[in-house]
Amino acid sequence: MRFIFAMVAAMALVSGVAAAEPEPDCSVPESLIPAEVDLTRAASEIKDRHRLDITVVGSGSSVLSGPDGARFAYPAQLEQALKERLPGYEIKVTAHIEPRLITADMAANIPKLLAADQPALVIWQAGTADALLGVEPEEFRTSLDQGLDAIAAAKADAILMNMQYSPRTETMLSVTQYADVMRWVTEQRGIVLFDRLAIMRYWSDEGTFDLYSATNGYAMARRVHECIGRALAAQIVNAGHLDAGTETTR
Amino acid sequence: MVKASPPPAAAGERDLRLDLFRGVALWLIFLDHIPENIANWFTIRNYGFSDATEIFIFISGYTAAFVYGRAMRERGFVLSSARILRRAWQIYVAHIFLFTIFMAEIAYVAATFNNPLYAEEMNILDFLKQPDVTIFQALLLKFKPVNMDVLPLYIVLLLLFPPALFLLLRQPNLALAGSAVVYAFAWKLDWNLPAYPNGVWFFNPFAWQLLFVFGAWCALGGAHRLAGVLRSHIVLAIAIVYLVFAFAITLTWHFESLDRFVPGWLADWMYPIDKTNLDVLRFTHFLALAAVTVRFVPRDWPGLKAPVLQPAIRCGQHSLEIFCLGVFLAFAGQFIIAQSSGGPLLQTAVSVLGILLMIATANLISWYKSIEGRSSSSRVKTPDADLAGGEA
Repeated sequence: MRFIFAMVAAMALVSGVAAAEPEPDCSVPESLIPAEVDLTRAASEIKDRHRLDITVVGSGSSVLSGPDGARFAYPAQLEQALKERLPGYEIKVTAHIEPRLITADMAANIPKLLAADQPALVIWQAGTADALLGVEPEEFRTSLDQGLDAIAAAKADAILMNMQYSPRTETMLSVTQYADVMRWVTEQRGIVLFDRLAIMRYWSDEGTFDLYSATNGYAMARRVHECIGRALAAQIVNAGHLDAGTETTR
Repeated sequence: MVKASPPPAAAGERDLRLDLFRGVALWLIFLDHIPENIANWFTIRNYGFSDATEIFIFISGYTAAFVYGRAMRERGFVLSSARILRRAWQIYVAHIFLFTIFMAEIAYVAATFNNPLYAEEMNILDFLKQPDVTIFQALLLKFKPVNMDVLPLYIVLLLLFPPALFLLLRQPNLALAGSAVVYAFAWKLDWNLPAYPNGVWFFNPFAWQLLFVFGAWCALGGAHRLAGVLRSHIVLAIAIVYLVFAFAITLTWHFESLDRFVPGWLADWMYPIDKTNLDVLRFTHFLALAAVTVRFVPRDWPGLKAPVLQPAIRCGQHSLEIFCLGVFLAFAGQFIIAQSSGGPLLQTAVSVLGILLMIATANLISWYKSIEGRSSSSRVKTPDADLAGGEA
């Protein structure tokens, strides 16, 4: 743990934002932010064009409710965190969030969204809506493949994001089956799985957040999204090897 | 498990190993049903492909054939079928009872849980908005909440059991071959039963029947025929090698850094290991486990009389009651852990307390049945499934 704190601190110094707002204490072990898979397109965009366009496709757990919901949800937080970590580069995150959308429908939408956004990287959050509806796992897998094919055809990198860790609903909503499919698909295709499930479980185990809590208001939800945004930024920087000069953070 | 001694028709006495391992399986199912539980590191699903469900279904098939096979031989097809169907009905009622408890828990959560972080997950409570549809679908066994899939599978297996048993008593090998053909077709043609609101049954009855029928086949003399095979050193060696292989593979699930040691072609061929359709890897893992177990725990193993194993045997002898209690205790345990944001200590306490309650209940049922059995001893004693030293 101390090692990671030291790294985070070192990185903050190098990127010159040490004086910025205090970071929430929600660091994530490196094993949960793998760097084995490369984000080649994102890396070349940063190197050659000094910019990174990211599209987020997701369902309800990619947004917070209320008029300000989108502003505090993880896509906006990711943009903020990346700007802090990659100063001087143009970072743009566009989110296409539709509650309750299952993976098959998102996969069908993806070509259209990519044609409009022209992103170098797509973050695709999926699985919760499918688990809610009890979509057949095999069908779920086919839809994921279809969407990831479309992302590959658009020459964009892909990060697949799985469900939130939600201990309260575990006895009612079983997500493991779908999480397993997502792990398997990402391994098969050699792409990055952003394991939100494991990361949030880690925070819960470490006592970073009380995710069991029944009535915690918006404050905690916002902080969790902020932390997810930061972890995502770390994932992108790690897998894209965008932290030239701070190679030790790997 | 599989018996290496004479067929039950000759032996007559119940194989205590069945009760022992079914009892243990019931404990493991209970532990696995509490999602956040440090104690479920002990359960066998972490050390190989198959888990306690395989043990439970196999032994259920075995005991069903043991109890109802004798009834069918002695009292004919119609009466024994009626008893099998009565058993299926009891299980159905038990399932609906559990569903009611589940509904109560859900309704409570719906009324108290309001965390904006989980707005999407809370959509699971939508079905409370149309209880007419939901309850009806539950009665049809199409709507099955998490962890309530085993009993519906058991019901369907029992409903189809009379003709299967009829054939098993006459042409056991033909019956087993027929079961394997159904299994193959289920894979080939995607046979399964529909679920509500979407998808199919988590435990595909057309696939899992293979394990149930195989258990029944073993009970009706198959185990005796297999005894020679099971004594072979080669079979033992293959079984052990396979168990070690499965253990090595499961290690790569828990320690991702080990994943790179699994060659790509092997992963392509092996994954996904399908629980819904009883993957061949799971089935063979169970067979290997059974072969090794039978080898080292013979039918007349003195340890079966040891006091320390009696609690598990008792639980195995009242499997329906203890299974239902286990499902309920898993709900309740999870609820307690969630209410107090519990850590490993509470999880361990809940797990141990749950198993103690299961043991206490099994002892209570045994005591009650023995009292009742004594007071009605004047009556003609019929060979009842519930009193045959255990249940089907």
